[in-house]
Amino acid sequence: MSKELIRLQNICMAFDDELVLDHLNLYFKDKEFLTLLGPSGCGKTTTLRIIGGFATPTSGDVLFDGVRINDVPPYQRQINTVFQKYALFPHLNVFENIAFGLRMQKRPDPNDPSGRRMVKIPEEEIRERVMEMLEVISLKGFEHRKPDALSGGQQQRVAIARALVNRPKVLLLDEPLAALDLKLRKDMQIELKRIQQQVGITFIYVTHDQEEALTMSDTIVVMDKGTIQQIGTPEDIYNEPKNAFVADFIGESNIIDGVMLRDKCVKMYGREFACLDGGFAENEPVDVVIRPEDIDIVPVEQGQLVGTVTNVTFKGLQYDIIVDFKGFKWLIQTTDHSPAGSRIGIKIDPDAIHIMKKSKYSGMFGDYSSFSDEYDELDDASLASDEEESGDEE
Amino acid sequence: MNKNNSFVNRLFMVLVFVFLYAPILLLIIFSFNAGSSNTIWKGFSLDWYQKLLHDRLIIQSVYTTILVSLLATVISTFAGTFAAIGFYAMRRRTREPLMTVNNIPMMNADIVTGVSLCLFFVAFFSQWSSFASWVNGIQSFFVLPTRLTLGFGTLLIAHITFNIPYVILSVSPKLRQMDKNLVDAAMDLGCTWMQAFWKVILPEIKPGIVSGALTAFTMSIDDFVISYFTAGTSSTLAMTIYGMTKKRVTPEINAVSTLLFVTVLILLAIINIREVRQERRRIVEQNRI
Repeated sequence: MSKELIRLQNICMAFDDELVLDHLNLYFKDKEFLTLLGPSGCGKTTTLRIIGGFATPTSGDVLFDGVRINDVPPYQRQINTVFQKYALFPHLNVFENIAFGLRMQKRPDPNDPSGRRMVKIPEEEIRERVMEMLEVISLKGFEHRKPDALSGGQQQRVAIARALVNRPKVLLLDEPLAALDLKLRKDMQIELKRIQQQVGITFIYVTHDQEEALTMSDTIVVMDKGTIQQIGTPEDIYNEPKNAFVADFIGESNIIDGVMLRDKCVKMYGREFACLDGGFAENEPVDVVIRPEDIDIVPVEQGQLVGTVTNVTFKGLQYDIIVDFKGFKWLIQTTDHSPAGSRIGIKIDPDAIHIMKKSKYSGMFGDYSSFSDEYDELDDASLASDEEESGDEE
Repeated sequence: MNKNNSFVNRLFMVLVFVFLYAPILLLIIFSFNAGSSNTIWKGFSLDWYQKLLHDRLIIQSVYTTILVSLLATVISTFAGTFAAIGFYAMRRRTREPLMTVNNIPMMNADIVTGVSLCLFFVAFFSQWSSFASWVNGIQSFFVLPTRLTLGFGTLLIAHITFNIPYVILSVSPKLRQMDKNLVDAAMDLGCTWMQAFWKVILPEIKPGIVSGALTAFTMSIDDFVISYFTAGTSSTLAMTIYGMTKKRVTPEINAVSTLLFVTVLILLAIINIREVRQERRRIVEQNRI
């Protein structure tokens, strides 16, 4: 596995006595695509600003390649950032925007034997590197345009090129796709992943969009209220959520109160279900996660549980149906049509059941009683602008 | 009824314009009068303008006015721009009361500003005089002047003082319109704060700085009341005109007033055209998005 590049040690951040980051410990490996995922105000943007050098943590250390960089200003870090809403320089054209970082750079003069004299990067090299970047972002021929004469997606790509042309070791991306429409966002997700693999550096990506995180990341860090909830690969996070918050935030989940009778056996609704998890105390109360797509609908007489369909929504690929089991409503995704009001049985395979320890989030998520509200919320999430936590009130 | 109403409206409008501009028009017309009367037209001539050029008092005060306006504009634009950036960096709770304090001098009666500055300078000079005598008494390397008087220096300070708020007022909105991340982006790409200021902030707020400077220059060039109380031995054009009216109103005053009026008019026109252009550009940009 590749080596560690950045480490955050016991980072705390407070704005006006409000703790935004609470003893954060996290490390970033070289060449990985890591996503900080969480709702507004969870501290993800603040974490990114601390890595970029735009914010100084109240306490704790930031290590880069083993060296403490808390007090190193942004312009001396081998880190570049793609900002929310791009922050392209409006008075410069595309070429000059991308060349900006190179024109600022000075390096030892190759013709000076002492190696102490610093010179600017020669114009031909700047030209070469900018053109090369324009190729990477497929915007050749746009170099004389001003940023306001570009579409959102093009501005986005210029912002990425402007950061990457400096050959940083780490690229920070702060919700870079939030301002784009759905279709373009999907294209850009693939494009970003391609660019990351092409240039082979660490990408640290901040988003509140769980689908974006699952699509692109090698590692996902789920955050809430300034603390890390879970770190893992997209598969881990989706299949083995650590608590009700993660289970609810990533994808759709039914979260049911259960009791662990013994290893590989959980009791809910007064019935025993076989599962694959173990290592809990006898009769320990737990949260049981069942993903809506893992539930089989069977005739009533064969069902492990029997419930009443209360709502059916056609989603193209499948139906989303809400089923009432003794007052607790589940979301089930199925390709079979069951009309509202009908009684159905369900069968759950042992590998579809995931057991989580009780946490402070237990009981807060995973119930689809307020079904329509839940969907409104989902729509909002993709539009919600992420004002949060930047520390001032504007 | 409706027609009648619109007639009254028009009449009012005409009256308003007559009251506003008839005196100025009269003044301009009689500045070209061949005779020395302000009531009887004796034919067209440029005599009075020619006479102006030979009036040493007027030429001297034009020179003073231009010099003080230029210097005050440059200094107040510089100070006001950085003050605006300071305000921008503050938290809103600190900034808003300060902006109110900044706006008061613009609303304040000129005479109050003028008198208070005059009293302040006089009070300072009397303290200075005892301080300077004390310094001169204890050492002999250099001699401090003990008697300071109102003059060009105080006039300049007064002009800088009343110009700064106008600069702040025109630079601040440009800063607020700027993308908050631009400075961060520049620093991310290798700029120190000062480099970010020159390369990114300055180009963004330049229109605000230029209109601030133009406003300041306009304010300076036609100021009378504040100059009157702080100029002491020197005299601005407005003060010279006032002094001439005390003796006898000759068409020479008409001529010099006409020139002052035209200068200010041109400056105002430039400021307005710039604003209209910027507005149009902003609309074009918005439409594009």
